[in-house]
Amino acid sequence: MTTESEARAASQGNVDGIPLLKVSGASKHFGGLQALSDVGLEIQPGQIYGLIGPNGAGKTTLFNVITGLYRPDAGLFELRGVPYAPSAPHRVAKAGIARTFQNIRLFGDMTALENVMVGRHVRTSQGVFGAVFKHRAARAEEAAICDRAQELLEFAGIGHLAGRTARHLSYGDQRRLEIARALATDPLLLALDEPAAGMNATEKLGLRELLLRIRDDGRTLLLIEHDVKLVMGLCDRITVLDYGKVIAEGAPAAVQKDPAVIAAYLGADH
Amino acid sequence: MDILLQQIINGLVLGSMYALIALGYTMVYGVLDLINFAHGAILMIGAMAAVTILRLLNELAPGLPGGLQLGIAIVGAVPVCVAVNVLVERVAYRRLRGSSRLAPLITAIGVSIFLQTLAMMIWGRNPIPFPQLLPSAPVEVGGALITPTQILLLALALAAMASLAVVIEKTRLGRAMRATAENPRVAGLMGVSTDRVIVATFAIGAALAAIAGVMWAANYSGAHFAMGFLPGLKAFSAAVLGGIGNIYGAMLGGILLGLIESLGAGYIGDVTGGFLGSNYQDIFAFIVLVGVLMLRPSGIMGERVADRA
Amino acid sequence: MNRPVAAGNTRRIRIAGLAALVAVALIFPFVASPFGNSWVRIADMALLYIMLALGLNIVVGFAGLLDLGYIAFYAIGAYTAGMFASPQVASVIESFVNTYPAIGHFLIWLCGPEIAQNGIHLSLWMIVPLAALLAGIFGVVLGAPTLRLRGDYLAIVTLGFGEITRIFMNNLNGPVNITNGPQGIDRIDPIRIFGLSLAGEPGSGSTVHLLGMSMPSVNAYYFLFLAQCALIIFISLRLQNSRLGRAWVALREDETAAGAMGINTRNVKLLAFAMGATFGGVAGSMFGAFQGFVSPESFTLTESIAILAMVVLGGIGHIPGVVLGGALLATLPELLRHVVEPIQLELFGKVWIDAEVLRQLLYGLALILVMLARPAGLWPSSRPENRPQAALNQEAADETRA
Repeated sequence: MTTESEARAASQGNVDGIPLLKVSGASKHFGGLQALSDVGLEIQPGQIYGLIGPNGAGKTTLFNVITGLYRPDAGLFELRGVPYAPSAPHRVAKAGIARTFQNIRLFGDMTALENVMVGRHVRTSQGVFGAVFKHRAARAEEAAICDRAQELLEFAGIGHLAGRTARHLSYGDQRRLEIARALATDPLLLALDEPAAGMNATEKLGLRELLLRIRDDGRTLLLIEHDVKLVMGLCDRITVLDYGKVIAEGAPAAVQKDPAVIAAYLGADH
Repeated sequence: MDILLQQIINGLVLGSMYALIALGYTMVYGVLDLINFAHGAILMIGAMAAVTILRLLNELAPGLPGGLQLGIAIVGAVPVCVAVNVLVERVAYRRLRGSSRLAPLITAIGVSIFLQTLAMMIWGRNPIPFPQLLPSAPVEVGGALITPTQILLLALALAAMASLAVVIEKTRLGRAMRATAENPRVAGLMGVSTDRVIVATFAIGAALAAIAGVMWAANYSGAHFAMGFLPGLKAFSAAVLGGIGNIYGAMLGGILLGLIESLGAGYIGDVTGGFLGSNYQDIFAFIVLVGVLMLRPSGIMGERVADRA
Repeated sequence: MNRPVAAGNTRRIRIAGLAALVAVALIFPFVASPFGNSWVRIADMALLYIMLALGLNIVVGFAGLLDLGYIAFYAIGAYTAGMFASPQVASVIESFVNTYPAIGHFLIWLCGPEIAQNGIHLSLWMIVPLAALLAGIFGVVLGAPTLRLRGDYLAIVTLGFGEITRIFMNNLNGPVNITNGPQGIDRIDPIRIFGLSLAGEPGSGSTVHLLGMSMPSVNAYYFLFLAQCALIIFISLRLQNSRLGRAWVALREDETAAGAMGINTRNVKLLAFAMGATFGGVAGSMFGAFQGFVSPESFTLTESIAILAMVVLGGIGHIPGVVLGGALLATLPELLRHVVEPIQLELFGKVWIDAEVLRQLLYGLALILVMLARPAGLWPSSRPENRPQAALNQEAADETRA
């Protein structure tokens, strides 16, 4: 039986089965604390992939290692079959992974539009010369940046807020803006760190709808989320971490029944 | 004369003054995360206050023994510096607590310039000779020379640092300071009055700077409105070298920097074949500072890992 | 329908204001010079300070990097003019011949007898790019080791670099004399543009003849500096509203997020250092040629702080504000000198507070009062992202909340 996501992967030309992101043997310690030990995961193109686990399980650490914020002690990282070294965030962004942050990190004094325009930085090239002389290519690029940013704001459902200062947006809109900004880097993989944190039920519904639209747009998503209901309903596959180790991996329904997962959650939270 | 031993003694003398000043930087940094750029000016105020006190003494009670005069000058300079530093904290820094890192630093630079200019208006722009109050004949120690002023300086520095250690380790105030340095918010929740701790920190730092300032003037026989700037900067480097926020680090860093400067200035000529001379003494502190920040930003005794860039 | 009309009006008012400002700037020397050259001279220096303030604004205002050693780049520009537009190189070679004859004779062979006799005399068209290039390179060299440092450490380290630069200029007169040490370098060539000396031809009494007009030398320099200022303002504005300008602001507001968005934070910081340094270098070379003399004492920490005070007072990150700050702090003490000192003489029979002291007090107070009372400066931007202070305060508020 082909699952929905495999069918989608096939339709996007991933017939040879190369995973979009492959991590193996990732380890990271902080002082005496082994935050990650020998973690691996594989994300197929077009999937929405969930990363869950009790508090302190190492989800955010893995996230930061994948996106280059922390330097791993060991591990192999491949994006579409090509190894990449997660040595610096900007290189990872260039390679095609964009992220959002658990505690939203927008450029607070810039407008919503300018925030997204910053996201285009990595896919554009004008430097000092272009800025000063504003020759034709520079003007064209600037216009393209602006158009694309507006388009992404519309896509995220906050097109009408383009001129608003980022810090004055509502919480839910800030989350959407952060996603739009990440999309501006043309990512192969969009990595979201607890995108639903602090959202009410209506906002969560809207977020779910946005994430599905991003996926249908041909992108792959990785998300850390606490809201089990959201994860189970949204994700194609899930990895469960506990104490820095993978304790389960698979389709949501199977993972939910896994005794190790149940033990980890009950043991940790209750 | 033993040159190496002489340079070591000079280094210890210089270093103990750096240590006293560095303590003020490191304590304020510990509780406020602020580089109190104006700290060097406090040292200068101490020296200037001593100059004025000595002039008054000469008019009111001429003929007191030199040692007594110096003692009175130090005891008198301490409250002046404490008052100025506490006032500076109250007026210039308190309102900016909880704002960015750069805003209070810029204010501190302003305070430093302001205090220096004020001193220039009060005490004039020319160097003021500081009287020779202790016997000037040096004592010979194992082939090297040390003046009575320098011996007093070492003893005072040692005593001041020892008392500070006792205050920090054994008293309620010390515990409150350590708690605030660890985490101001939690300390506040636990009933520590953050304001009082901060005022106490500025007061203690100023007292130590006052001692350093008077002894600096006594050792180099002069005071000047800009005299605090370079020692202040170097003492800050010493605090970073020792591990900023850590008082024992500041003591160690101060002594080490004094030795590095003194030995460096003594031997740089030999090392560079005469190309660079002892007039480059002032760059050692900066080289140490840059080197430490690049290689080990937490310093020798610092536990904090460097924050985000 | 109201808003576009209103916007049109503001725009018209702005253009009118700008036109008036340009007109005043152009007429100023003709009005001022009958009262003596000193007023125009003050304006010349103010223009140099404005250039410096604009350069520092790129580093502090746009990219949010507090540089307390900025004056070093001004010094490098000035010494570039001192070395390559004066007889100095001849004395350097002579000093080498006396101390290390082998190197000295090699230098003579390398440069030829003409240079060994008279030194190097490059024209404006060479000096300005060379000063910009050298200062820019120094900006990158000094900037590179500081990039990993947090803001307040960066400030102290750049301060250290500024002082080291000055210490070297002060001491590189032995064993081989390169900079003349504390005496400084004199007999720097005045600026020549297309054969026209801005100092006036010898024997003309410092009068410059141009297009049938004659004007004092200070006026000629005034127009040159004004043009350069305008150019630097133009470049600053263009940079601010570009992909690069946005990257700088992003860096200033949240370095981690900027990195995650693919901005190479190291390169972008270095570029800010280099651009700022370049402006400083150009201003420095002008200063050297204008004065005809440079010495280390023009490049003390006090000067770095003075420039910072201009940026802070006017409005960090806001170009018109920075220009205002530079103009105010550069001219106010001079104006006060002509007002306050005579008044004091009149009242007390002696000068209690002289202009130099007043200048210092103004700088110190500007820094304190602006930070306490008006962190965005006297003329803040109407656009919040051009006002770093708000961002900085917000960052702290975020930390408290977390």
